[in-house]
Amino acid sequence: MKTKIAVKVDDLTVAYNYKPVLWDIDLEIPEGVLMAIVGPNGAGKSTLIKSILGILKPIAGSVTIYGKPYEKQRRLVAYVPQKGSVDWDFPTTALDVVMMGTYGSLGWIKRPRQKEKKAALEALEKVGMLAFKGRQISQLSGGQQQRIFLARALVQNASIYFMDEPFQGVDATTEIAIINILKELRKAGKTVIVVHHDLQTVPEYFDWVTFLNVKKIATGPVKDIFNDDNLTKTYGINYKVSIQE
Amino acid sequence: MDITEYFSLVFSDYTLRTITLGTAILGAVTGMLGSFAVLRKQSLLGDAISHAALPGIAIAFLITGAKDSNTLLLGALVSGLIGTFWIRGIVKKTHLKSDTALGLILSLFFGFGMLLLTFIQKQPNANQAGLDKYLFGQAATLVESDVWLMAIITGLCLFVLLLFWKEFKILLFDADYTKTLGFNTKFIDVLITSFIVLAIVLGLQTVGVVLMSAMLLAPAAAARQWTNSLSTMVLLAAVFGAFSGVFGTAISASQTNLSTGPVIVLVASVFVFFSFVFSPSRGLLFKQIRVIKNRRDLELHKTLSFMYHIAETHDNISHPHAIKLLNNFQGYTKSTLQKLVEKDYVKLEGKMWRLTETGFNTAANLYTKQSTDDE
Repeated sequence: MKTKIAVKVDDLTVAYNYKPVLWDIDLEIPEGVLMAIVGPNGAGKSTLIKSILGILKPIAGSVTIYGKPYEKQRRLVAYVPQKGSVDWDFPTTALDVVMMGTYGSLGWIKRPRQKEKKAALEALEKVGMLAFKGRQISQLSGGQQQRIFLARALVQNASIYFMDEPFQGVDATTEIAIINILKELRKAGKTVIVVHHDLQTVPEYFDWVTFLNVKKIATGPVKDIFNDDNLTKTYGINYKVSIQE
Repeated sequence: MDITEYFSLVFSDYTLRTITLGTAILGAVTGMLGSFAVLRKQSLLGDAISHAALPGIAIAFLITGAKDSNTLLLGALVSGLIGTFWIRGIVKKTHLKSDTALGLILSLFFGFGMLLLTFIQKQPNANQAGLDKYLFGQAATLVESDVWLMAIITGLCLFVLLLFWKEFKILLFDADYTKTLGFNTKFIDVLITSFIVLAIVLGLQTVGVVLMSAMLLAPAAAARQWTNSLSTMVLLAAVFGAFSGVFGTAISASQTNLSTGPVIVLVASVFVFFSFVFSPSRGLLFKQIRVIKNRRDLELHKTLSFMYHIAETHDNISHPHAIKLLNNFQGYTKSTLQKLVEKDYVKLEGKMWRLTETGFNTAANLYTKQSTDDE
């Protein structure tokens, strides 16, 4: 059986000024994978996600979600930004932030009601944060804030999840909790794409990987392509990683 | 006129009533919108906008030759908007940071405005005198129609705020995410910014170009200290702003030669000062008190745990110790021990101190629950 392609990127080129940050990226992400995007700092990992999601405007290229342009498929996609991208001293509660995940399906002007609140509470429970629903977000630890962001994406009930470094600055307990949720998403047939930094954990956490350094170096199943050759091509140094089984 | 006389006259005297209503409405609307500016870290935007409005006033006067306040404010609105969108353009298109862009536009427009004002002053036109009131504002020139205009715009602003509340909130918190949900963030952004410009322009006649930004920031900064909810913050900022307007007008009306605009701003600053010091959760005073209390608790806990460690080496946990032995090690004073006695953790017998059963158990459980509390 041929698997469906969830995300297809064609000839994507992005530049902030003159120098391209992403050059001519072609990428096909099959449905149901848990994929890591790896690459050195400045490789364009976050930029790739942001361009796919239409936050950044590419110079060239197109993105389709299940064969249709992204703009028509927004409801199928959820995004977990980098934790540091917002001001956590914003006057609001954990529950309120998670509720924001329902705003997209609500559309303009309509306010969230009981149904949306229920969905948000369920998402909070899934990430183990129900007890903190009324907590002002600045009083949450870094790991808790990350879980809130995750819950906000879960509430969207999407098919494809894009996450920008969800493991950054979280402790071991939270990391395990998050990866378990990601694996559950995969089990439910969702596609999860994660910008990831820790090469050691790639074989353990992910089944699909994309090597990126301005250009796409390689993409495919971890067991086939996660090797020293690709790591060296991506990171530019003679990279040796001991793959634990 | 003293202040009680003011309050007895405020309902009957036309001028006083107009000015008071005007400044109260102005304070409310700028406080509301100021909350958004503060939370977007665009506190200086207000300053840039108000300064950018000056050349618009001058040009409107040069074109029409009349001193009709609505025409002048229309000019202010146009040049304020131009300034604002130039700032956005500069930040977007160049490497300059927003503070640089704000400073640049502020001084450029203000300089140009001053140039035009001096030019106008040299003209042989009897009407010219008085344009410079827009620099520091003159609340006394408010008439009923001005107040009506303010009320209408405030009503409109309130309506839009309630209508797009959810959109405003999510944009303020996380603009990129808002975009991925399919909202037109540019539209929301332009809407908020335009209302901020409108509110500032409304206040120019009363408070003036130079001090206007304080009306935007002070009530919002004060309100942030008291609440962790956005809606409460906006509401409080409106209330603080309105009270600043009323009290400022009352104080300046009850004294001779006290200009209203600066007094309003000073009253707003008092709100800020009071909030920064006395807010229970974020205020400096209670923060300091909490720090001191925490340190005392820690001292107690250290003494208790010290006794606990000694007790562990004895068969009898309540083995008595002389104070000399206890404070020889860590230098804790008798008063710490006495506090422990009050809590029933320690008993004093003669000159010897001994740990109680409760004290022993408490010490054993100290700080072991921390990790579960936190995660």
